[in-house]
Amino acid sequence: MSSCGREHPRWAYGERQHGRLRTGAVPLQVSNLTTRYPGTGAAVLANVSFAVTAGQRVALVGPNGAGKSTILKTIAGLLRPEYGEVRVYGDPIGTCHHRLAYLPQRADLDWRFPITVAELVMTGRYVHLGWFRWPRARDWQRVHGCLQRLGIADLANRQIADLSGGQQQRALLARALVQDARLFLLDEPLNAVDEATRDLVTEVLADEARAGGSVLAATHDLQRLGESFDAVIHLREGRVEQLETLVVAHAVPRPARTIAAAVSNQRMGDRSCSG
Amino acid sequence: MQWVIEPLQYGFMRQALVAGLLVGATCSLLGVYVVLRRLAFLGDAVAHTTLPGIVIAYLNQWNLFLGALAAALVTALGIGCLSHRERLREDTAIGVLFSGMFALGIVLISRTRSYRDFSHILFGNILGVSTGDLVGILLVGLIVVGTLWAFHKELVLTSVDPLHAQVIGLSADKIRYLLLILLAMAVVTAIQAVGVVLTTALLVTPAATASLLTKRLQRMFALAVLFSTMGTTAGLYASFYLGVSSGGAIVLACTLLFGIVFVTRSLVRYPSFLILLPRPIR
Repeated sequence: MSSCGREHPRWAYGERQHGRLRTGAVPLQVSNLTTRYPGTGAAVLANVSFAVTAGQRVALVGPNGAGKSTILKTIAGLLRPEYGEVRVYGDPIGTCHHRLAYLPQRADLDWRFPITVAELVMTGRYVHLGWFRWPRARDWQRVHGCLQRLGIADLANRQIADLSGGQQQRALLARALVQDARLFLLDEPLNAVDEATRDLVTEVLADEARAGGSVLAATHDLQRLGESFDAVIHLREGRVEQLETLVVAHAVPRPARTIAAAVSNQRMGDRSCSG
Repeated sequence: MQWVIEPLQYGFMRQALVAGLLVGATCSLLGVYVVLRRLAFLGDAVAHTTLPGIVIAYLNQWNLFLGALAAALVTALGIGCLSHRERLREDTAIGVLFSGMFALGIVLISRTRSYRDFSHILFGNILGVSTGDLVGILLVGLIVVGTLWAFHKELVLTSVDPLHAQVIGLSADKIRYLLLILLAMAVVTAIQAVGVVLTTALLVTPAATASLLTKRLQRMFALAVLFSTMGTTAGLYASFYLGVSSGGAIVLACTLLFGIVFVTRSLVRYPSFLILLPRPIR
């Protein structure tokens, strides 16, 4: 029985399609995932397995082309897995949209489109609004609350075209918070942003993890892995090369959990990803 | 004021003005998305590819409006289908269908042995708009504008961040098809005003002019309608008094407005632009 309504809903957009979240379900379970980009022969991901538990922040690291973004896109439902399974809070891909927030690389957005920062952040509420329903006062209040939390309340009425890289990243994270997401998928969130934004993003994600949220982020920033993440998945050529648990700089109290990540066929690192 | 009132004493001019304003408003509102989503080439292609639909409808004595609409929809959906999942680049798909369909239209016209009958299709015949045509234009306009309003937030989201739309279960492809269908409908109404060849201007020019003046979406919609209203009215009056093609005059008036706004804006924002202008010889 699915916790989020029907499996593979035909028209999933809108709150009326979503059920309640099942307590105790593993936020993310990836099993034997194999993915190819359309039109290419070679697999981008080969038999990848891992899990992310509640309150855990996991980094995906590896050289360019290792498959970091592909993993995130597959979990987000943007790429169809050729083989294997992804479960988000116990449900297949595409059935729990409202609990999953995907922050793409900033270049994937059209920042020249004429909308304000508040309007961009409001798009995070659309998953709950659905067709023919317009944002209400309480939705705007949520938006302004999240803008405040990300320190960009004063930019609410500014055009998104006028934002710096760091401000863009803050706006995207604000949108994910407005969505009430529990699982955050971030593609290079700390890339080319200022130091203050970097600290703030790290802090907000840590707060979300403390509140039971989960984070899976692709990153090139190896310097600050220990500050920003609890565990690291090293990828190489579409395979998990090593799973590593980090000594967390600021302890995050969270419930006891099971093995956080397991590898099926790959070389296993000497440390596991469990917390 | 006599010169303002005089043309309106003629029924065909009143009908033409109402038709022009309705078509202009419909096209310019949709045109904002066409400009912002960089679909100008697509709009041009859809306009040109209505030709075989119109000719087939004419030869079989069907409704020309429906013939054009069917051809435009086939083209819009065909382009979407060919470029789906990047099988072909979209501009390539447009290029193939655009020229193929237009060529089919020309071949079909050549079988009728008369190009004259179709000149009003190619260059518009707004002065010959009947009351029935007006009702059709009004209905299509209401459908297009109503749909733009109803799906405004989905259109904006899929324009800014199609990946996020996809992730939350909103198919960017379906919204794109919706936009293509609206484009086909708007183009068919515009053909009556300015013809197949100049239809893109009504879609693109007022919206492009508006985009020079504001970065706010709502203002852009309002300004685009304003510029299309001004262009249509000025063009029709020019056509009446100068005895020139009404479709061409409307498009020229819209283009002139664009030129005025572009130059004025450049002078205000970049005074050094004056250097480019010829200086008087002392």
